[in-house]
Amino acid sequence: MSGVRVLVGTRKGAFILTADGKRDRWNVSGPLFAGWEIYHLKGSPADPSRLYASQTSGWFGQIIQRSCDGGKTWETPGGALEKSPEGFPKGESNKFVYDTSPATGKPLTTHQWYDGTQHPWEFKRVWHLEPSLTDPDAVFAGVEDAGLFRTSDGGKTWQELAGLRGHGTGPKWQPGAGGMCLHTILLDPANPKRMYIAISAAGAFRTDDGGKSWKPINRGLRSQYIPDPDAEIGHCVHRIALHRSRPNALFMQKHWDVMRSDDAGDSWREVSGNLPTDFGFVIDVHAHEPETIYVVPIKSDSEHYPPEGKLRVYRSRTGGNEWEALTQGLPQRDCYVNVLRDAMAIDALDKCGVYFGTTGGQVYMSPDAGDSWTPIVRDLPAVLSVEVQTLR
Amino acid sequence: MIRVVLPPHLRTLAQVKGEVQLDVAGPITRAAVLDALETRYPMLRGTIRDHVSEQRRPFLRFFACERDLTHEPPDAPLPDAVAAGAEPFLVIGAIAGG
Repeated sequence: MSGVRVLVGTRKGAFILTADGKRDRWNVSGPLFAGWEIYHLKGSPADPSRLYASQTSGWFGQIIQRSCDGGKTWETPGGALEKSPEGFPKGESNKFVYDTSPATGKPLTTHQWYDGTQHPWEFKRVWHLEPSLTDPDAVFAGVEDAGLFRTSDGGKTWQELAGLRGHGTGPKWQPGAGGMCLHTILLDPANPKRMYIAISAAGAFRTDDGGKSWKPINRGLRSQYIPDPDAEIGHCVHRIALHRSRPNALFMQKHWDVMRSDDAGDSWREVSGNLPTDFGFVIDVHAHEPETIYVVPIKSDSEHYPPEGKLRVYRSRTGGNEWEALTQGLPQRDCYVNVLRDAMAIDALDKCGVYFGTTGGQVYMSPDAGDSWTPIVRDLPAVLSVEVQTLR
Repeated sequence: MIRVVLPPHLRTLAQVKGEVQLDVAGPITRAAVLDALETRYPMLRGTIRDHVSEQRRPFLRFFACERDLTHEPPDAPLPDAVAAGAEPFLVIGAIAGG
């Protein structure tokens, strides 16, 4: 029997929503980690019972949680109460320490502060956890201030992939309104050495050697809020998505502009087309149609809600430029919620389901690829992230 | 036995209810108490003080015997009543909100 498990991170805890393949009756469990900000949860493609969660707090900092039973029970990896002959565990699953140069002992670089002055890197939280496609114990973590970490022991310890921060453009990176976060990690299913990441506000980057070296991939992006609108670095990329059957085709929701690349990010062109506004945060790709993509237009960078108070998902079946509004079941008046960058997901059932969460606490789902929508829940805390696992 | 009162979120994380009681060797200082706490409850590492610098997290404070000890040196002796187990050492989350 097939089914889905939707993992929802909110400002005040995590929730797990489950249904069978019909997706018409839902079981809601939670809050897990009640009262904490849960920026992201995600399951391992290699072992669907293995889940990871980023739990954060302004008071107590970062916690990493891991479940080995599909979310029924959780633990802090390497932080258990059991004593071994070597003593108690070290409790380092939340130790994210930036690599330092041996010569100076200082962070590899500084980055720009909001006013353009230089500012040292300071770890704040994990925004995104991306489990390996093949190894349940391997996970990448995108953090604020922007950096990329990896665990190979199920989250017990984390090491920085310092080639990203240290490749040379770091002093030009600057924080967006939400902080200087590495929020998107895409693993190329066809090439285990290739990976894409995106940072607000620096841009998109690619590695072709498993994370040792990186290059900016921002040619074609234009941003009016940096001195040179066509600069290599400084673009506020909000989200990137790809279809696993065509990993060289990338789709991007930028601060303004919806973009696509057909050469693994080497060049981009705008595909905003007839969208009512090309500002937004989420972008995702249909499970079975690599040219069908989804966005949720948001009015502007200072008015983070849908235009005209109408919550509309826009779908393009042509890889951009030509968009149709999907409204059936979504509020079409007086709606002023936002949909944050990690808050859309798509399942892989035959008729693929599309899910998104709002800052008003609703999680909407469509069982028919966007034609119609229904809320699974209406009154959660503000939703930060939505992921879905397709269980077969 | 040294008695420690944790904020509710850290009690949940450490899977304890009420006060924590710790054996602390040597002089009873804040650093020694936190060392013992983090050894016994590894999941609390990094939540009260930084993993590397061991600096207090900015929104936490330390009270005992109706005194604010937040800005005392970490190696300063804690009050005799804490060392004797008569009074708890309190880890407090700074008040925030409206």
